[in-house]
Amino acid sequence: MDFTVALAQIKPKLGCLADNMALAEAAIEKGISDGADLIVFPELSLTGYFLKDLVPDVALRLDDPQIETLKLLSRRISIAIGLVEVTSDYRFFNTALYLEDGEVRHVHRKVYLPTYGLFDEQRYLARGDRFRAFDTRFGRFGMLICEDMWHISAPYILAMDGATTLLCLSSSPGRGISEAEGLGSAGAWQRLTSTTAMFLNCRVFYCNRVGYEDGINFWGGSEVIAPSGEVAVRGAILDEDFVLAKVDEGALRRERIFSPMMRDENMALTVKELRRIERDRGC
Amino acid sequence: MSALTVNTALLRKMLVGFVRDEVTKVGVKKGVLGLSGGIDSALVAFIAAEALGPENVYAYTMPYRTSNPESEAHAKLVADALGINYQVIEITPMVDAYFALVPDADNMRRGNKMARERMTILYDHSAAVGGLVLGTSNKTELLLGYGTLHGDMASALNPIGDIYKSQVWALSEAMGVPREVIEKKPSADLWAGQTDEQELGFSYRDADELLYRMVDQRMSREELIQAGFAPDFIDNVHRKVQGSHFKRRLPVIAKVSNRTIDRDFRYARDWGK
Repeated sequence: MDFTVALAQIKPKLGCLADNMALAEAAIEKGISDGADLIVFPELSLTGYFLKDLVPDVALRLDDPQIETLKLLSRRISIAIGLVEVTSDYRFFNTALYLEDGEVRHVHRKVYLPTYGLFDEQRYLARGDRFRAFDTRFGRFGMLICEDMWHISAPYILAMDGATTLLCLSSSPGRGISEAEGLGSAGAWQRLTSTTAMFLNCRVFYCNRVGYEDGINFWGGSEVIAPSGEVAVRGAILDEDFVLAKVDEGALRRERIFSPMMRDENMALTVKELRRIERDRGC
Repeated sequence: MSALTVNTALLRKMLVGFVRDEVTKVGVKKGVLGLSGGIDSALVAFIAAEALGPENVYAYTMPYRTSNPESEAHAKLVADALGINYQVIEITPMVDAYFALVPDADNMRRGNKMARERMTILYDHSAAVGGLVLGTSNKTELLLGYGTLHGDMASALNPIGDIYKSQVWALSEAMGVPREVIEKKPSADLWAGQTDEQELGFSYRDADELLYRMVDQRMSREELIQAGFAPDFIDNVHRKVQGSHFKRRLPVIAKVSNRTIDRDFRYARDWGK
């Protein structure tokens, strides 16, 4: 079906759940009044990113009243949003929720926690253990959180699981200034989202935050990528924005006819070769 | 083309956004800085004026009796160009009163004392006007340790601490810093005729080309030699970087508890902001 997606390119406050919840609710109301059917938020949109020892303090259980509030709002608009989740055995996950028709439809726990350079996620967070596609009223979706997308197997698995739309919730720090028009990190992401869409004949909805935390900027540039890899719309760089895009079912259908790589993808061969590699490595 | 060439429009946007965001999120709207007459503090004044509005920027020139009068003239030129708040505060009485007690102090001790005297004045004025002290040390100086710990290296926020001197020059051109300030030789102005490059023994341009490859690109010593840098120069700069690392860190704390500040008690400074 055709639908309208909104990307809420917000600036969360570090460790301030109540403020960020208010920010999210305002964006959701704006999405509804602008006629959006789906709104996507950045990674850790309810908490901010460089949480460090704040992780346990801002974590939510999935039965938290704030998630009930989001469920209620999802009767009016589908919502993909990022938060810290705490489980009953006190593991803390960098989680994305997909809420629709008053329910949590899907929980994705970030699998690839970057712990290098300026990142330190694995010190504070537990690692997710699955990539699963799921059905929505707009078709079959897959969710990724930031670094997940840099592992080529992650979007591949989701696409093989039938996803034709990939949501990527991101808190990507801007870095790598040069003589180029954009930042190094922004350029790399832009190539990645476009290439992923093109390889997998999938739409990509990428939502990245803005603002600064301890001098580190988040560059924004949220985008809707068509299954051809073309950028349909891109948000402001470094400034808050609210990106709206009409999503055309026909574009997906046509792309899958023109470029039927996913139809022709040989899963049995891939699995067979991966098994062989696994055997050879003695895993 | 040098690897240090930057898109100055984008850099300007990032640094102006940084000052605006990091100042206002703590609940104030003003910035305080020392304006030496040199290019680094001039650039920070330009960034701050754009970020906060000139009426919210408070600049102070703090000359000692041996300071070059041209420095003060250049500082005033910058302040006038921007329309920021500007004041000259002499540090001669305080510094001389102290050195009357320790007359045998050498140039380094005197220079450090002056830098720390200026720091106390800036922090006092930051309390008086209700603003944050903006740092003016660039990445080249910070890496080489060419600054005074708790003196000119002290600040609440530093917009230029991740850009090399060559990039300071380029951004200053783009932002309209007065020509006289851009073109003069960098100097700490501790004694007449002093220049940074003379004291360091190499040019900032050369140091930047090396530091960029050594620090940002993590090239090995062998790769640097292959790229055409003299081994002595590489070793000299590496020694300066390593030898001054203490200046870039918080004081070392003896660990006895389970949660020691900064070791296993870790929060962003923007905690709750």
